Order: sequence, then C-alpha cells, then structure tokens
Amino acid sequence: MTDELVSVTVDGAVVQVPRGITIIEAAKHAGVLVPHYCYHPSLSSPAVCRMCLVHVEKMPKLVPACVTPVADGQVISVHAPAARKAREGVLEFLLINHPLDCPICDQAGECELQDFVFQEGQARTRYSEYAKRYNPVEDFGPDVLYVPNRCILCTRCVRFMEEMAEAPVLAVAERGDRAYIAIDPHHQLDHPWSGNVVDLCPVGSLVSRDFLHRARAWELDKSASICPGCTQGCNITIETRDEAVVRLRPRPNLEVNRHFMCDTGRLDYRWMNHGDRAEAPLVRDGDRLVAADWDAVVARLHLLVHDTTGPVVVLASGRASSESLGWLMRMLEARSTIAAMKVPIGDEAPLAGVPGLALRPERAANLAGGLMVGVRDAWADAIARVGSAGLVILHDVDLNDAEAAAIAGAGTLVHFATATDDRLPRADLILPVTMMAEEQGVYVNRDYRAQRYLPARTAPGMARPAWWAASRVWQRAGSERTVPTTTSEAFAALPAFGGLTHRDLGYGGRILDPAVVSR
Amino acid sequence: MGFPHPIHAGETPVLSTHFGDPAARTFDGWSERGGYAALRTALGMAPEAIVDEVKASGLRGRGGAGFPTGLKWSFMPKDTSRPHYLCCNADESEPGTFKDREILRWTPHALIEGCAIAALAIRAEMTYIYIRGEYTEPHRILQDAVAEAYAAGALGADAFGSGKRLEMVVHRGAGAYICGEETAMMNSIEGRRGNPRIKPPFPAVAGLFGMPTTINNVETLAAVPHIITRGASWYSSLCLGNPKSTGTKLISVCGHVQRPGTYEITLGFPMRDLIFDLCGGMRPGRTLKAVIPGGSSVPIMTPAEVDGCATDYEGIAAAGSLLGSGGMIVMDDSTDLVYQVMRLARFYAHESCAQCTNCREGTAWTTRILERILRGEGKESDLALLMDLADNMTGKTICVLSDSCATPVVSGIQKFRADFDAYLTGAAAPVAVGA
Amino acid sequence: MSIEATEAHQPVFVGAIRDRLETLQQSYPTRMALLLPALWMVQEERGWISDSSVHEVAAVLDLTPAYVRGVLTFYTMYHQHPVGRHFIQVCTTSPCNICGAEDVVAAVLAESGCGELGTTSPDGRFTVIEVECLGACGFATPMLIDDDFIESVTPDLVPALLARYP
Ligand SMILES: Cc1cc2nc3c(=O)[nH]c(=O)nc-3n(C[C@H](O)[C@H](O)[C@H](O)COP(=O)(O)O)c2cc1C
Ligand code: SF4
Ligand code: SF4
Ligand code: SF4
Ligand code: FES
Ligand code: FES
Repeated sequence: MTDELVSVTVDGAVVQVPRGITIIEAAKHAGVLVPHYCYHPSLSSPAVCRMCLVHVEKMPKLVPACVTPVADGQVISVHAPAARKAREGVLEFLLINHPLDCPICDQAGECELQDFVFQEGQARTRYSEYAKRYNPVEDFGPDVLYVPNRCILCTRCVRFMEEMAEAPVLAVAERGDRAYIAIDPHHQLDHPWSGNVVDLCPVGSLVSRDFLHRARAWELDKSASICPGCTQGCNITIETRDEAVVRLRPRPNLEVNRHFMCDTGRLDYRWMNHGDRAEAPLVRDGDRLVAADWDAVVARLHLLVHDTTGPVVVLASGRASSESLGWLMRMLEARSTIAAMKVPIGDEAPLAGVPGLALRPERAANLAGGLMVGVRDAWADAIARVGSAGLVILHDVDLNDAEAAAIAGAGTLVHFATATDDRLPRADLILPVTMMAEEQGVYVNRDYRAQRYLPARTAPGMARPAWWAASRVWQRAGSERTVPTTTSEAFAALPAFGGLTHRDLGYGGRILDPAVVSR
Repeated sequence: MGFPHPIHAGETPVLSTHFGDPAARTFDGWSERGGYAALRTALGMAPEAIVDEVKASGLRGRGGAGFPTGLKWSFMPKDTSRPHYLCCNADESEPGTFKDREILRWTPHALIEGCAIAALAIRAEMTYIYIRGEYTEPHRILQDAVAEAYAAGALGADAFGSGKRLEMVVHRGAGAYICGEETAMMNSIEGRRGNPRIKPPFPAVAGLFGMPTTINNVETLAAVPHIITRGASWYSSLCLGNPKSTGTKLISVCGHVQRPGTYEITLGFPMRDLIFDLCGGMRPGRTLKAVIPGGSSVPIMTPAEVDGCATDYEGIAAAGSLLGSGGMIVMDDSTDLVYQVMRLARFYAHESCAQCTNCREGTAWTTRILERILRGEGKESDLALLMDLADNMTGKTICVLSDSCATPVVSGIQKFRADFDAYLTGAAAPVAVGA
Repeated sequence: MSIEATEAHQPVFVGAIRDRLETLQQSYPTRMALLLPALWMVQEERGWISDSSVHEVAAVLDLTPAYVRGVLTFYTMYHQHPVGRHFIQVCTTSPCNICGAEDVVAAVLAESGCGELGTTSPDGRFTVIEVECLGACGFATPMLIDDDFIESVTPDLVPALLARYP
C-alpha cells in the first residue's frame, strides 16, 4: 500500500482513498457500510459469507467488497438492485437454518443477522421444508458456549484462534450444510485470549457463560474505558445495567489492542460492583470514627499534612488515575515522601498474532503514570517504612493480611477508600473516593501512551475522586492557589504531563514525550 | 475389466489407440509403441518452443473449461527463483465423466510423458498427479508406471541424461468432488480441507505452496506428446467444425445407450451420430429424452438440440449447453427427469465445501424442495422459487459448484416443464426419495 | 501443543511405517502436506481413524488435533468409526441411478445382512454405504468393495459377488 490516493465513487459520493485498500474499507470513507459477516479488519479475508457483494461498473459479476481492491475511477454501487437482491438472497439462505430464537438469544439487539435483516428488508419466509437442523449446545471452554444452530459459518472464530492466538483448536468440520465448528474433544477453548471469539461472532452462536442471560443488549449502558488489568492498557467498553457492571468488552485501538482484550481483563470486573462502599467522609473522634462533611475532612487532612513529622509513606493502587496520583504527590510536595504502587505480578500471556499485545506480568494499569509523578514500584520497601512514618496515606489498595497488619500499626493513617477495611480500625481519616468505573481519568500504559477513560456509572454517596480532595488540601497551604474543577484541568495542571489536556490525548491516546518522563 | 470396445470406424483414435492393450502399460511396451520419443525431443527444446508448439496446435483444456493450454502455460513466470509446480488433475469426479480413467488404466506412460513435457514447458521440476481416492486400480497402475519411469531414467535428477530434473509424485485424494477444482486441489495437496481459493491470486502467480503453478487435466496432458511428435499443424488439422476446436476428444458416454463407453472423436463430430451410431442408440423400444453432454454441470439438452449439434466447444454452446468435461449422460423416455435433477442437486449438496453461504445452504434447500415435489407435496410456487434460488446461487460464489447445482434445475424446468408439472398436479404418483 | 495420553494408544507411526512417512517427506516442501497420506496410512493399518490416531497424526505432523479433525471430516473416504470387515460403496448418482443403481443397493443391503445403509451387519462382515459418482458411469453399477473396484453389477450378480468376501 502506498500513500497514493485514488478516486472512487461509492453510491454517488466521490471519495479519495489510498490505493490498494479494499472496496469495503473505501466505502467506509464514503460513510457507507457494506453489510458483511466474514470480513473482520484484524483477520484474513476468506470471502465466504458472500454478503458484501457490490456492483462495480464494467465488471461482469458482482464482486466481494471485502477482498476486491479499489481501482482509480471505479464506480461502486452498494445499493444497486442486483447487489440488494444478492444480499437478500444470502440473508434468506442464512435464515433457513437459523432457529430465530431471538427472544432467548444473548446476541439479540447486537446481532448482525438481525441488523441486516432489518436493514435489507423483512425476512421472507419461503422456507417450508421439514427439519431445520438441530445440534445440541456444546461447551467450548470455561466461558464459551457454542450454539451450532445459530452458526453462520463465517469462520471468524476459527481464524482468530489460528491467526491471532496461533492456537488452532477450532476447525470447520464436515461439508455442505452438515458443516459446523468443531473443537477437539481433548482441548478446551481456554487460551488466555479466547474470549474474543464471543465478540467476533456476528451472531449469538458463541456466547459467554459469564454473561449468559444476564442482560438484554438494549438494556445496557456503555462507556469507553481502559482496562485496569495490566500495563498493556487495552481499550475497553464498560457495560452496565442498572448501575451494575455486567460486562467488559474490547474497544478497537489499532495501536494498543486492535480489537481484542484478554480473558483475565475481561472477567475481572466483579470488584467494580463491590457492595460495601465507603460513602461518607469519616473523622476519628477518640475511639470512634464519625461522619463529617468534605470541608471538615479536607481541613483535617491539611492539618495532618502540616503538623505530622517524619517521612510520609504513600501506598497507592495500580488502578488509581494519573490525576489522583499526581495530586496526592502534589499535596505532599512540602514533605519528604516515599510513594509506592502495589504491582501484583502474574504470568505474561501474549496474543501471538499481534506483536506488542500481551497480558503483562505487571497487573497495574497505571504503573507508568505513577512513575511519571513520582510514585515508584518499590512496594516492599515502602511497606517496611510504614512503622517509622509520620503519616501514611493509603489509596484504595487490595492489601494482604501482612500488609494490613503493618499498616494497622501506623502512627497516623489516612485512607482514601472505596471500602472501609476492618483490618485497619485505627485510621484517622477515611475519605470516600471513586473507583475507575465512576470517574474520568488517564492511565499511562507501558509504552507511555496516555489514554482516557470515562465514568460508567455514578459514584456512591459522597465519594469524590482522590485528586479532588487532594487538590483542596493543597489549596489550603497557599491563599493564591487555584484548583482544578474538572478532571481535564486536574491533568493539565500536573507538570509531569506537560500541560496536555484530555482533549489533547485524542481518541486513541497519545504517546507522551519521553523527555518529560521522569523515572 | 470394463473396457474395451472395438474401435468404431467413426472414431479417431489418438489417445485411445492402445486402450485395452495391457502390453502398452509397461515402460518397455510404451516405448515400443513410440512412447517417450516426444519427451526425448522436448528435453532438447527450449521451454518457449514447447509452449509455442502447443499454442499452435489449438489444444484446449479437457478438464471442463476449455482454456487454451499453451496460453495457460505462457502465464508462468520465466524466472525460476522460486520453485514452479505442475499439478495433473486426475480427480475425475464429475458425474458422467470416466474418460481420464481409461488413460490412467491403459496408457499411464502417456500421461507421465505428457506431464514431463508440460513440466519442462513451465520450468517445473516437480509434478503432483492428484488422483481421486476411489480410483484404486488406476492408482496402483499409475504408481507402478511412475516407479518404472524412474527406474528407466525418464524421471529423476537427470531425465534421460539431459541434466534436467523431473520429479513426479502421485497424490491420492480421499473422497471429495470439489478437489477437482484446481485451487481446491492445491489446498488438498497441501494437507488442508479442499476449499477452493479466491482468485486472484491466480495459480500461475501463487498456487501450490504459494508458488507459480499450472494445473492441467489428464487428457490435456496426454495429448501433448502427440503434438510434440506429430506437430502442431497435424493436431490442428483434426477439426470437423469450428477452427477454435481442434484435435480429438474423449467422450465418455453413459446412461441409456446400447454401448456405453469412452469414444474418441475429432472435435466437431455430430452428436447424433455419436449417440446413435458409435454408441448404438437407445435400447429397443426406447426413445431419446435428454442429453447432458459435458458432465452433470452443464445444461440439459433436448433431442431437438442434439440434432445437428457439432460436438465441440462452440457447437454445443450454440445448442444451449457446454462441452465441459466430455462426460455425456444419455437419458431415454423411461427417465424421471425430476428425480434425476433432484439426484444431481443432492450430489452437489453432498459435495459443497461449505464455504459460501449461497452454495452451502442453496444446494441443500434446492434438494429439499425437489424431494418435496417428488413426494407429491409440491406447490405451484415451487418452480418459481427454485428458479429464484438458482439465480441467487449463480455467479455469486467462490467457485462454480454452486452454479453447477443450479444449471440442471434451471434447464430441467425450462426444457422439461411437463415433468415437473406432473408432480405438482398429481398426475405423477409420488415417489420415495430416500435421503 | 501438548498431547495427553487419553487412552492406551498403540502408535501407528513407528518402525517401517514411520520410515515410509519420512521418505514421503522428501516429495513435499511442508510437513502439513503429509496429512492426507498419513491418514491413509492409519486407515490401512487400523481400518479406521480413531480419536487417539488423530492425536498421533497431529503430534507427528506438528498440527493440532482440531485441525486434523477438520481435514479428516472433509473427506468422505476416511472412516471416523469402525466399519465391517468389508466396506462396500455403491454409486447411486444419476448416470448409475437411471441404470438401476438403487436396485443394486437394495440387493446388497439384503444380501449383506446390513438392512440399512451405514450400519454394519450383525456378523460384523459388511458395512454398506451409497456414494456419489465413482467415475465409471458407463459401467453401471460400479462399486468398491474394500479396494476392489467392481463394474457392471446388477442385482442378480450380488450374491455371488459378496460370497467372495468372507
Ligand atoms: C467443481 C469443479 C470440479 C472440477 N473437477 C474437475 C475434475 O475432476 N477434473 C478436471 O480435470 N478438472 C476439473 N475441474 C476443472 C479444473 O478446475 C481445471 O479447470 C482443470 O483441471 C484445468 O485443466 P485443463 O485446462 O487441462 O482443462 C473442475 C472444476 C470445478 C469448478
Ligand atoms: S461460531 Fe460465530 S464466529 Fe464462529 S463460524 Fe459460527 S457464526 Fe462465525
Ligand atoms: S492485556 Fe491487560 S489491559 Fe489488556 S485486557 Fe488483558 S488485563 Fe486488560
Ligand atoms: S461455491 Fe460451493 S464448493 Fe465452491 S467454494 Fe463456494 S461453497 Fe465451496
Ligand atoms: S464479507 Fe465479503 S464475503 Fe463475507
Ligand atoms: S454416476 Fe455412478 S459411476 Fe458415475
């Protein structure tokens, strides 16, 4: 492919597109969606579904848009009568063996078969033969069920496992209308990235056991987010129903995760629905913690920051936003501070077909963001210093019992908490904070790509982002100080990020200038 | 077994001269009958010279599509920085076609020699002969012949001392009609499902193992030694009709004729004479009802269309069908055409590789509708439905198997409408359709 | 991909058969191209291609069992289940059909004791299936009994023919 442009006409609109791209991609430039099933931009194109046939002037037959490259001056018609009839024909063929069990199908509402049937005209019912084929539902793996009767044999799942996972455990078996997707009886669809086949399946043939019948597609609210699972920073969508997170799905970002996410990230969302949330600020009053308003806790924390002596230890979560980490550090700028992030370590699990994409051992989405604002990964060292610290600031970390025991004995403990921790009865202040699903923020991934995530649901009670509280504490130390009112301002105000606003990060994120990277 | 019939005066024996003569099967026997002279000649020729000779002969592919053979060879790249391959298509699975089988059984060395010359022409060192799995006897015979050719030095690292390498491997299929389609065959040899590939890329650019490849039919290749030995002008002079159809053609005739078998005619030979003279015509008391002249994938002809039809590419096209593979199915008035059209549709439904939606679902649905009509449960609207499905299956898929299923349905309904109507009106008694 | 031993499997590709396979490798530039030949070898040795054989072939050719199964099930001549001592394939496609192939099938089913297509006779002697065109349409009705290709079978010839296959 070169940078050279060619001019083509798609349904009457003239567009300039790069030479060598396919008609299906060129049509996107003209704002035209060519209906398709087997085509997927991250996979090879077998041109088997025959849904994307379009009319091209001077061509004797309709051509498959997914594999036919554009030529200069081409006049393409997606809606020519012959192309429309061909698509209707394909839809009809697909529907003759399709159970049309939409009322109980998990895909309903986001099914490309439903969509295109609707778009291309009503499904004709000329099929009056006996016996639609019946095959039982099959277990493909820990989280994937195969409903063969709904399968349209687009082979996306097979190609994903072959080309992306490079673990070809799925195959088309048999021929003709007896064909189906087979998994080897002695293997499971348990590759660390196999959950993607559920997203790739254009119909409800591959379904997630985890999601099974949990919600109907049209009941879901969706928000753009970044996976908090590891330093890869996959772009995701958080799907909620009635304020509960019910599913995480990948969101395309060709530079980071293409169209995919790993199963670890995908299935690790239950903590987002944790019931026992900290909802009001609490201040120690003798042996008790009593509810207070934000002004009171901000004032109290200001005093603690000023009046305690000795080193400050900050213990942060890898899911904390760059804004919160940055403002916590700024709040403490006058103090000698040891700040560390807890970085759980797991196995690395690459997606072989996509260079640079892996579930990373460092299970802390914002490790790099922390490093940029002075939060190190020397966690054990920080824990060891808790005993001699004058002030310990704990930010929403999942602690093990030993860590909790060490912190429980700290002289002065301030807890920015999403949930109170019974193991830490002596906290001096508890500030209810939002978790990533409830706030905007920026994560910086291992390539120093800063990426925004958006709130997926409302925060409980009085919870606020940690940056908000920290910036108000900081403000009290100088009357001339102004504080951010939005997350974007909070980000832009942090020198480590060079004054960039959220808007500057764009849709796909932005690699930060290495010069500002202060390791 | 089976063969031979005595050569009929109306035939032009070239390829079939030694059919039925077991002595011609051996390397020595073949050499005594003039075999391997052409290969020795070709070993001394430049590849371009071989291509030019074959181009001049007018030889066209005998596998079905009738593409000019020399022209096809000329598409192969001239440089040999990457290996080139020749594939010989001995998959012969198109219903009605059993002519390559006779070459494989009686004159295997004619094929080996033809393959070797073609390999020289396209600068290939390796030839894969893909033979259908059901051809157990031809497979044994061919394997023995290849071993003999190696032992005799015709094949190997230094063919006949020429310094040129000619390797040949017989690759056995395992039951899949679609593997006769050239790109499916390449996948099958590579150890894959026999799925046809999308073109481009064409085989001459990226074929077997991704390398430049030429695929030719058995009969096509077996004709090549004769062209080298006797010359292009001799071959092109064999012509009774259109000058674009030269040489002889093996026509395998089956069905309701008195003497079914494989006949070699000069292209342009009258179809009526072939059926009524060479093949002995209908059984006593029977009349001709229909002919499928080129394997089951071509339109069905009526007796009127057969009359006056010249058996060559253009002649049969003018009469509304195609020469195809030269597998001729003759049906007399005892034939239930609806049943046979269903049986052909069932064949294609069984053989569809399952890639394309239209073919996978369309072949099966078409079969079920025809079965329903035969069971006496047909509806007036069924014929229009079948025609429309046929339209949705034609010209829209990766290969033409889908079209091939539609062809007998369309021509059957168009030309033998009364047979279908009889079932729809109840005039014909319902029949069991099995499954 | 690891292959766990799921049952006691006597490997096919040892000794002379393994040597045959590796000799064949010299004729093909890829390992995968040995798949059809390897499956044929298994069927010759074992009569059918079992699950454990699929795993063995996959291991020997560096493929996954699912891939091997996908290919295996594409080709109708490979047996995915055990079959009778003699395997009979009768053509019933149109050219043979109009010459009485279905009567031949009926005769074979009756004589073999199978009764039904695809089943094995109670004595384990025969399995009978219908197949599509065998490429011998002029010699209706052709059939394959094991590797023997037999032409021009008519119902009256069936008893004597089957008697040759004890
Ligand atoms: C569905 C299908 C089946 C075919 N089967 C055969 C076959 O059995 N034998 C054959 O020679 N060609 C067959 N062909 C044609 C081949 O694709 C190819 O055109 C031919 O082998 C080229 O050789 P030729 O140019 O010498 O004819 C088939 C084509 C299609 C679409
Ligand atoms: S299961 Fe889904 S993705 Fe896989 S082939 Fe069937 S329809 Fe396509
Ligand atoms: S690779 Fe990391 S960021 Fe991507 S989905 Fe998995 S856990 Fe989340
Ligand atoms: S037309 Fe049929 S046989 Fe040909 S590639 Fe498509 S599905 Fe396969
Ligand atoms: S999208 Fe083009 S054929 Fe499937
Ligand atoms: S139709 Fe029976 S052998 Fe061809």
